[in-house]
Formats: sequence, structure tokens, C-alpha cells
Amino acid sequence: MADIRLSGLTKTFGATRALADVSLTIPDGAFVVLLGPTGAGKTTTLRLIAGLDRPDAGDIAIDGRSVLADTPAQRDVAMVFQQYSLYPHLTVRENLAFPLRSPVLNWPEDRITRKVAEVAEVLHIAHKLDNKATQLSGGEMQRVSIGRALVRNPRIYLMDEPLSSLDAKLRADLRVELKRIHAELGATFLYVTHDQIEAMTMATHVGVLDQGKLVQFGTPREIYENPVSAYVASRLGQPRITLLPADAFGPAPAGAAQIGLRPEHVILGEGQPATVRRVEHLGDQTRLHLTMGAHEIVTLADPHTTLAPGEQLSIRPENPLWFDASGNRI
Amino acid sequence: MTAYSVTEPTGRSKLVAGLLVTLYAVITLLPLLWIISTGFKSGPDSISYPPKVVFEPSLEGYVNLFTTRTRVAAEEFQNLPPPETWYDAIVRESGMVIAGPSRFGERFLNSVIIGFGSTFLSIFLGTLAAYAFSRFKVPLKDDLLFFILSTRMMPPIAVAIPIYLMYRELGLSDTHLGMILLYTAVNISLAVWLLKGFIDEIPREYEEAALIDGYTRFQAFRKVVLPQAATGIASTAIFCLIFAWNEYAFAVLLTSGTAQTAPPFIPTIIGVGGQDWPAVAAGATIFLLPVMIFTILLRKHLLRGITFGAVRK
Repeated sequence: MADIRLSGLTKTFGATRALADVSLTIPDGAFVVLLGPTGAGKTTTLRLIAGLDRPDAGDIAIDGRSVLADTPAQRDVAMVFQQYSLYPHLTVRENLAFPLRSPVLNWPEDRITRKVAEVAEVLHIAHKLDNKATQLSGGEMQRVSIGRALVRNPRIYLMDEPLSSLDAKLRADLRVELKRIHAELGATFLYVTHDQIEAMTMATHVGVLDQGKLVQFGTPREIYENPVSAYVASRLGQPRITLLPADAFGPAPAGAAQIGLRPEHVILGEGQPATVRRVEHLGDQTRLHLTMGAHEIVTLADPHTTLAPGEQLSIRPENPLWFDASGNRI
Repeated sequence: MTAYSVTEPTGRSKLVAGLLVTLYAVITLLPLLWIISTGFKSGPDSISYPPKVVFEPSLEGYVNLFTTRTRVAAEEFQNLPPPETWYDAIVRESGMVIAGPSRFGERFLNSVIIGFGSTFLSIFLGTLAAYAFSRFKVPLKDDLLFFILSTRMMPPIAVAIPIYLMYRELGLSDTHLGMILLYTAVNISLAVWLLKGFIDEIPREYEEAALIDGYTRFQAFRKVVLPQAATGIASTAIFCLIFAWNEYAFAVLLTSGTAQTAPPFIPTIIGVGGQDWPAVAAGATIFLLPVMIFTILLRKHLLRGITFGAVRK
């Protein structure tokens, strides 16, 4: 259990700037999700906190003490890698026990046995304990590598897209499981994902990174409802926010260059005429792809809608998000 | 309709491949069979023409290999007590008596010490160097690697004279240490390059995971990298051992007594009691055994090692 303070964190790899002046305070017990496309600096942030890479500038403090001089082992963090993190020459049991046998912890064997069994139960891999790590499916491997983080009781859990290689059902189960573990342990989590549902359901805080810069940090709701820029707005929301020229629906506020429409900002049945191009029934939601003049808009309709391609309907925006020429929120 | 598989070979192509492999095996194994069978022939059988394929096996060659013998005067020979051992008896048949053990045992032991010693040292140093080159930022890394490789760009014997003079100066001539160092120096470039390739194939994430799991870098190296590099280490060790074991030129030049290895010793058998081909063949056969056993023990690794880079990704 610990709080983390990143101040002015900068890291470059050759000519590429991975992180630029990132400052961030993660309160004790928070579940922070980092969002951003590939190359935004999410993984770099985790690696710097873990101590696998050294920052070019800036400081990392855990529990108020700078850890820059500490080795990864001394920092007492656990990390789940996106891939390749199981030791292929060991069995599942030995993999799970590996951190507990380290010189730092060095638990007695009977305690290790109990802990490993307990974690294996939670992750539904108890029946595979004596398999070699290489004999597992992708999903099982990933569960073991999550398990290797969970057997310990580190100050911070770092997770780099831990659920990305799992199938939908398992992902949903583990999402709940991780959330439960977080609530139970009260530990601090730093979690990288592309998945919006993971971000919205698990996070207490969301940080959005863009080309190595932290552009917004707040609760998932703040990030969704009150994004600082068009970039942040397009990180969250299914279907994605529709960005159109500001004057698409008539007069716009001064300085606005773009209008951003989430499904809840589009009122169907009044306003300007539009044509239905495609209807996607996803079960719990129905997506409408509309054309309005030269513009395309994606929004949601009632799940039981009878609308069909080619039909006409009217739409109007309500409380949309406005962005200026450089994408910043007005 | 028959379903044809693209990947599964047909019966006929399997047969052709089998025949070719067998033919190749026969051609390469024939000299070996010749040596092994000659070792069990009697002196006259070994030089008879046409060569005898079926012969009465004899251990004379092996006895002669391990002993020195003298001829004694006829009357003295008559008065000798009956032979005490089976090898005594074999020597008596040719009208001689055993004078003492030959030096083959010592030379063979020298080969074992020097061959395995230099292999161990090459692998030990090579693994550490390869790991460093693979994982750390070493200044002038590419130049250093090229320099290491360049030591193999000419035949080692080309520098025989400087090494001979240097060894005489340093007192390393005809010592075990000297030969171990020499073979290690020749093998280390091969070891570094081969092992670097193997270690490069091991993703860094494993070590990073171990570092976070509470291990130091050296412990991560020992517990995570070494077991996964075992295949590469085994195949590299075989290559190093085969070179050190078979090396002849330097052994002739630099050793004569205490540290002489088996390769320069075996030919000297010819001069001692006439052209004793069975003894030479027996020496060659015994000489083959350690490398054969070592290779068979590590065979599984060797096969995997050769295909390692190809099947990994």
C-alpha cells in the first residue's frame, strides 16, 4: 500500500521521446488506468516505476521517498507484462512460487504451497499447477502471470494490458476478480489498457497520455463527460465520439472549430434531415450510421428500433462538446 | 478420392530419403568401422590383402597399446614362470614379455584434462561475455565483437611460431595450463558468437520479471537465463570439445612430455615395435569414445540447438 508521486518524468529512447515532463500523484489505494494509443508512453511509465528503465529527468517517489536509486527488487512492486512473462523452463507451480522464493521474501515452503494453491484457485488454474508453463493456452499463461503478481503483497501492482489476450468471458470474470482483489487488499494499482470497459469499470482514476504527455487525469466520469480535448474525448466512448465541423448544425460558439457528438448528444426525431446508412444490432445496443449531407454520424438508437437503411430521420445536437482549432475544449 | 497432404511426405519420398541417408551414413562410417575392426585384428590380419572382413578377434592391439614389451633370449623365455594374467598370455604368444605400462594412459588423461578443461573455461567465459554483449550497453560493442571473431579469420597454426616463443618465455610449454589457455583462446570467439545468438533469442522480459520478483541481476541470470540457454551452451560445448580434443598441430609443437595429449602420441606407437596397426587402431578407437559419449549425452540439445533460431518464432 503506497502512494506514488511522479514529478517531471522524462524519458527518451534514441530520437523518440517516450515521456515528456509527466507529473502525477497517485493516492494510496487508487486504481489508476492509463489510456492512450501505442507509443503514448503507457508502458514506459510502468517500466520507470518498476525500475526497469531509468528516467532521463524527474523523480519517482513511493510513500514519499524517492526510489530512483533503488533496484526493482527494493521497490517492492509487482508487474504483469503483456507477454513473455512466464519462465518457460518452470512449471506453473514453480512460476507462481518464484517471487516467494526470492531472497527478498524467502518464505518457508509450506507457506508457499498454501499461498500458491490459494491464488491458483482464484484464477482457475489449480488443475494446471504441474504443467510446464509452455503447455498452457494464451489465456492460462496470462492468468498465471497475473497470479505471480498476486502471490506477493507488494506496495504497488503494475499491469500492462493483462487481459488483452483473454477471451471475452474470461476477461469479464477477471475484471471483476481484479476489482475485488483491489477492494480487498486496498493496494495501489497502475493499469494500462486499450479497453474502455476495463477503464470505466475498474478505475478510480484515469490518466490519458498523448505522445509522452499526460493530457488529463481524473475520475473515469470526468474524463468521459468533461474531456479537455478532442483527443481525450475520442479515448473513451463506444461508439466513438463523432467530430464534425463546428457549423454542421448551424451557428457555433466563438472560436469553435469542431463539434463533438457522443450518442447521448444526438436527439433523434427533430432538427436536420439525415439518412440511415447502416443499422448494427449489437444486442444491448443498436448503432445507427447516419449521413447528413457530406457528414457521417454514428449514434445509438433504441435496441428494438425498426429503422432500416435508406430511411430518413431528423437529428439535432444537445449539449455537444465544442473544440477549438487545435482540438482543445472550449 | 485420396486426400494429399502438403506437409506429410509420401511413402516413396520417405523411401528415397531413407536410402540416401543410409548411403551417406555408410560412406561416413566406413573409416570408423575400419578403425574399430582393425583394433581387434591380429598383426598379420591387419595388413593382409585383400583385407579380411571376417577374422578371429584378438585383444593384442589393446594390450600392445597399454604396454611396452621386450623380446628375451629363447632359453630365458623357456624358463619363465607361466603367465599370470590374460594380457601376459597374449604377449607371450608373440614371444615377448611385458616390460611395463605404456604412456597411453597418461596421454589420454592429458587429453581429458586439457580438452574438458578448455571446454569448461571457454563456455564459462563465453557465456558471461555473450550475456554482457547481448544485454548491456558495451562501448564499441560491434568493434569488439568483430575483433573477437577476427581471431578466427586465419588458421590458428599460422601464429604457431610466435606462440611457441611466447610459451617458452613464459614457461607454459608442455604444461596443462598452457594447453588449456591456448585451446580456450582459440575456442572463445566461437563460444561468444554462438552463445550471444542463443542469449539474444531469450526475451529480456524473463529477466525483468525476475528482477521485479525480487532477484538480483546475477540471480536472474543464473535462475532464468542459464536454464533457457542450456541448449545453446550444450551445443557450443560440443563444438569446443571436438576442436580441443582433436587438435594435433599445436599439441605436436608445444607438448612432448608431461602435457602431451593423445593425438600426437598415437602415431608414435608405430615406431616402437614395428608397424603395429592394431595398437594404433585401438588407440584411435579409445580416443573416439569420450567425444562420442559426450555428444550422445547432449544429442537432444545439439539437435534442438541447430534448429533453435529457425523454429523459435
